[in-house]
Amino acid sequence: MKERLKQILNSYHNQREALLPCLHLIQKEEGGLSEEIALFLAKELNLPPVEVYSVASFYSMFTVKQQKAKYIIRVCVSLPCYLKGSDKILEVLHKELGINSGEVSADKKFFIEEVSCLGACGKAPVMLINETLYDNLTPEKVREIISQLKDENSTEEYSQTGL
Amino acid sequence: MKDFVSLTINGQKVKVLKGTTLFEAAKQVNINIPHLCFHEGLSLYGACRICVVEIEGRARLEPSCTTLAEEGMVVRTNTWRVRRARRMIVELLLANHPEDCFTCERNQSCELRELAYDLGVRELRFKKGRKYHYPLDLSSPAVIRDPNKCIQCSRCIRVCLEIQGVGAIDFVNRGGRTQVLTFFNKGLNNVECSNCGQCILACPTGALREKREVDEVWKAISDPKKFTIVQTAPAVRAAIGEEFGLPPGTLVTGKMVSALRRLGFDRVFDTQFSADLTIVEEAHELIERIEGKGILPMITSCSPGWIKYIEHFFPQCLEHLSTCKSPQQMFGALAKTYYAQKIDIPPEDMYVVSIMPCTAKKFEARREEMKASGFRDVDAVLTTREAARMIKEAGIDFVNLEDEDFDEPLGISTGAGVIFGATGGVMEAALRTAYELLTKKELKEIEFKQVRGMQGIKKAEVLINGLKLKVAVAHGLSNARILLEEVKEGRSPYHFIEIMACPGGCLGGGGQPLPTNLKVREARANALYREDRNKGIRKSHQNPALIMLYKEFLGKPLSDKAHHLLHTSYVSRGLGN
Repeated sequence: MKERLKQILNSYHNQREALLPCLHLIQKEEGGLSEEIALFLAKELNLPPVEVYSVASFYSMFTVKQQKAKYIIRVCVSLPCYLKGSDKILEVLHKELGINSGEVSADKKFFIEEVSCLGACGKAPVMLINETLYDNLTPEKVREIISQLKDENSTEEYSQTGL
Repeated sequence: MKDFVSLTINGQKVKVLKGTTLFEAAKQVNINIPHLCFHEGLSLYGACRICVVEIEGRARLEPSCTTLAEEGMVVRTNTWRVRRARRMIVELLLANHPEDCFTCERNQSCELRELAYDLGVRELRFKKGRKYHYPLDLSSPAVIRDPNKCIQCSRCIRVCLEIQGVGAIDFVNRGGRTQVLTFFNKGLNNVECSNCGQCILACPTGALREKREVDEVWKAISDPKKFTIVQTAPAVRAAIGEEFGLPPGTLVTGKMVSALRRLGFDRVFDTQFSADLTIVEEAHELIERIEGKGILPMITSCSPGWIKYIEHFFPQCLEHLSTCKSPQQMFGALAKTYYAQKIDIPPEDMYVVSIMPCTAKKFEARREEMKASGFRDVDAVLTTREAARMIKEAGIDFVNLEDEDFDEPLGISTGAGVIFGATGGVMEAALRTAYELLTKKELKEIEFKQVRGMQGIKKAEVLINGLKLKVAVAHGLSNARILLEEVKEGRSPYHFIEIMACPGGCLGGGGQPLPTNLKVREARANALYREDRNKGIRKSHQNPALIMLYKEFLGKPLSDKAHHLLHTSYVSRGLGN
């Protein structure tokens, strides 16, 4: 991992602009930013370690702790989604999966995270499962999606908008 | 003339230099625009919007702290629209703020409370604000963070990064969930925080505060089995009066001593005594190093915030640090050995309290290395603010107290010990002693003005016995970093460097009364230099109590006993832990 990060860092001459591309790679390969990697990036980029943590925590697509779950479910709780009922969506998720936000299910299959705007306000409320966006959600729709995932069906038929 | 712009503020014509903000321009015509995220000495941020003003021709209200004055601008700072906007912002901040002003540490010094009052907020209209209840960061023995009281003005973040060059905290998460946190929320004690407490001085609310030790001290005072000793740092006497309404720069040494005696301490001693001792030990160490035994430049070690900083950021430079403990710790070690023997009280029955302008001293007193007497050398550390609160709690009329003197012998000190509290003071005190030790001649011009003042880095050359001794002084850790980069790369031209973590030195420490700004720091420094001039003896090595201490107990400077009790070692910490 560090070798591949070094390649990115080098191509940006170790300037701070390298941080986001690095975080994308980390997210894709490791499912979240670990302390060790954050510290490595901070030293390479000459940034305070907390700044790396700060940037990673700011963007919805990054996770600041490694969650070993098959499906990372990110539910937008910003204003437009909230007005369109994101709290109801969360309620259904909590009930269906038996976990709260920030928790991993016992079978390590699901992790729920509440995030800020995912940039799809026009289709609110929305949630992101791994890299697939689900929009115009209703409690019924969410129940259906979850039961499909529980049965280990492909997520393909529900994928509506790629990132 | 073209470097100036003319504008109108509230009907008054103002001419200011190009590049002046509206906020600063308004000050020139005696208008103080209310503000929260603006803070002296820090970068401009423009987040809180309290300082908005109306500008003719612009549809929106603009923040005066980040808007530059332009030719012909017509600005109004006090219209109905402006007042309504400001009041609304405060109301919204209050909607998310705990309503516990009664018990808040910052009850008397909260800028949010003051603003709410000044701006006429008389009711909490938005009571259903989204209230998160975040856990407090209690990891540090020095600084406590309460995220619930944070209004996210970022002043702590900016002072930590810009003035101290540390960057231990930053905004984490986003939107309504934003918090000021440490790296992976590990807590201040588990990251590279220096414990300097400048964030406390910068915080407008009670979100940052010192770890209180007042009740432990009360308990010890009322325990008849405990023999309680208090020591006071130099910078405290130049500042504690402010807590009782006296103007900054009022010297209250005598009143402070009588107040502490009235609190019930068995002995009231002076950290300046051990500051003199530090100088004698440190000057001898410097001479040894110049003569080839040890590495140069030697760097002072009395500021515990600075020590933690170098342990994190420049662990490869630890050999440059003087091995001398700080005056606080030298005092504790001697109180529980030398003085305990002298008055025949078992050290386990002694309780040593220090009153410090500093939050990092709380951490220092708990370091594993600080048990030379066989016990914890210093049992409790109070900030200047905490000490003032104890005096208030005890109902002591501080301002009208008669002056009293410190107890002997550990209360006897020289002018060199006094100036320890100001940036450049340790250097000046050390030069006074080193010069006479090296030349065996009397130093006539004892004031080294080149190392005084509030400039970030000060340099001087002193001719001693044909040796051009090069010295440098830095205060504020981002200034320290500049000198340390030179040391790290082996190109530092100096023999001796003084570093204090806080801007202005100890007198601007994180435990001092609020507000602490440039003007206040200068007034406190002047008070210390005044006290120095008033002292009969102004060179540490001439302190009669010190001469007696060496004769009766330590032998000579850098003796084995002195090394055991008065010198220490450091820990290589590195980043992220």
